[in-house]
Amino acid sequence: MNVEAYARLLPDITAANKPFWDGCAAGELRLQTCTECDTHRFPDGPTCPNCLSRSHTWQTVSGTGTLWSWFTMHQKYFPAFADEIPYLVAYIKLSEGPFMISSLVDPPAELELDQPVRAVFGPDATGRPIVRFTVEPVEPVEPASGAVTR
Amino acid sequence: MIAKDVAIVGVGSSNFHELYAEKDASRDPYGLAADALREALDDCGLGKNDIDGLLCTNLKYGRMGDVIGLRNPKFVHDLEGTGRMSGVSLQEACAIVQAGLADVVAVVYATVGRSVGMKYGGEDGGPTTAYDTMYGMTSTGAYVSLMYQRYRKMYGVPEDALAPLAINNRYNGARNPRAVFQREIDHAEYIGSRFIAEPLRKLDYCIINDGAVAFIVTSIDRARSMRKKPVRIAGTAGMAELNNHYTSPDFYFAACRGVADRLYKETGLGPDQIDCMQVYDNFLPTILFTLEGFDHAPKGSAWEWVADGTIGPDGSRPLNTSGGHTSESYMQGFALHVEAVRQLRGEAGDRQVRGCRTVQYMCASPIVTSHIFTID
Ligand SMILES: [Zn+2]
Repeated sequence: MNVEAYARLLPDITAANKPFWDGCAAGELRLQTCTECDTHRFPDGPTCPNCLSRSHTWQTVSGTGTLWSWFTMHQKYFPAFADEIPYLVAYIKLSEGPFMISSLVDPPAELELDQPVRAVFGPDATGRPIVRFTVEPVEPVEPASGAVTR
Repeated sequence: MIAKDVAIVGVGSSNFHELYAEKDASRDPYGLAADALREALDDCGLGKNDIDGLLCTNLKYGRMGDVIGLRNPKFVHDLEGTGRMSGVSLQEACAIVQAGLADVVAVVYATVGRSVGMKYGGEDGGPTTAYDTMYGMTSTGAYVSLMYQRYRKMYGVPEDALAPLAINNRYNGARNPRAVFQREIDHAEYIGSRFIAEPLRKLDYCIINDGAVAFIVTSIDRARSMRKKPVRIAGTAGMAELNNHYTSPDFYFAACRGVADRLYKETGLGPDQIDCMQVYDNFLPTILFTLEGFDHAPKGSAWEWVADGTIGPDGSRPLNTSGGHTSESYMQGFALHVEAVRQLRGEAGDRQVRGCRTVQYMCASPIVTSHIFTID
């Protein structure tokens, strides 16, 4: 990978988004969470899209989600990714609601819609810790003790 | 809104085929726009000084007014150069005329995307796009590809499901002397087309080309004294779906349905009364999402509905008769408006739909719009 070109594609780390990147370094997915109504948002923004509150905290969230869709990029739009073509891009629906573009670590040959995924963290080509996702094996879930099924 | 007291009276567009023959870095979009405007004025018999409203897309209004010597329009501004703005600009023109803010509104669009090497991907975006580009994600086509991949998996859609749309657009383009691509393609050529954002192939993508479009909008009363039969805007409606990505969780279905419900109610017309469809086709899956959202085809099966000849020139609902964005020209929806007018007037030559009395324009995008055009 052309590291210099790749570095230019990364989000700038600012006062507004630094907690997200600190979370990646700590191996945690952290999202802005509205103090008034608990709505999570991604990417970072100035205002709660649900209640318009300006007040938020950064909370560590589950890191789980589902694979909403994916595709394989064949076109060389970015010099940084020229050597990676073809590469897979995933569209993740986080359990907390927001959607996120990402990539999959060691994806299986066959992917399924809405397959469970889990955030994993590691350095990118520049050394910055970033979030990617891994596909969870689909296994029957044991109902938790005392869970009510209707 | 019901706008049948408003009409399109003049249309103009570039010869996209000629412009495509060579790139020209010095090509001036304002010159192209002025040429299209002159054709639209000739088309209706008005003079430049009759224009008192000007809506510019992908063009700056100040430069445009200066280039064409239109110093004092009563209403003027520009709109961003995106495909969703073609429907929006016609809606604005109707509202401006109905409100009396101006009497004769010129709508102009131009691009020199090919000559300046536009790629519609890899360019700098806003502050949130870096969260996508860091994973190699870019281009509207790629976001549409995410929707189409999901659609395919949900409904068991085969690999060649977009071929009828690609072939139909090229068939129509071959009968349009202004079209960029006038050569038909077959199924084998479609399947041989290389992937861009797999599952989308190059032949699923709009062209990037140079050209301009103009149309003139005025009241039906004023329209009666002009050269040609006015084309009425029987109705128009819109609804946005705004989020961080060009990927709608329901493929713009709810927004399209919201627009369709109002449009069909207000006009008293429905899919069965539509003689010809002009569908915004930045990428071919958008046509499937549109046909389902606007109730032309059942949800989840538009890909089958388009495969049986219904959308062909002799079918019951001919689609993108000028060749659409993959064959005629990518004028971000504006040229589809012009084609609607030409079809209703019977001016479409070898591609004319017989007995064409109603045309519907539809655009499924972050701003969904649709109009129904009629002729007396
Ligand atoms: Zn809130």
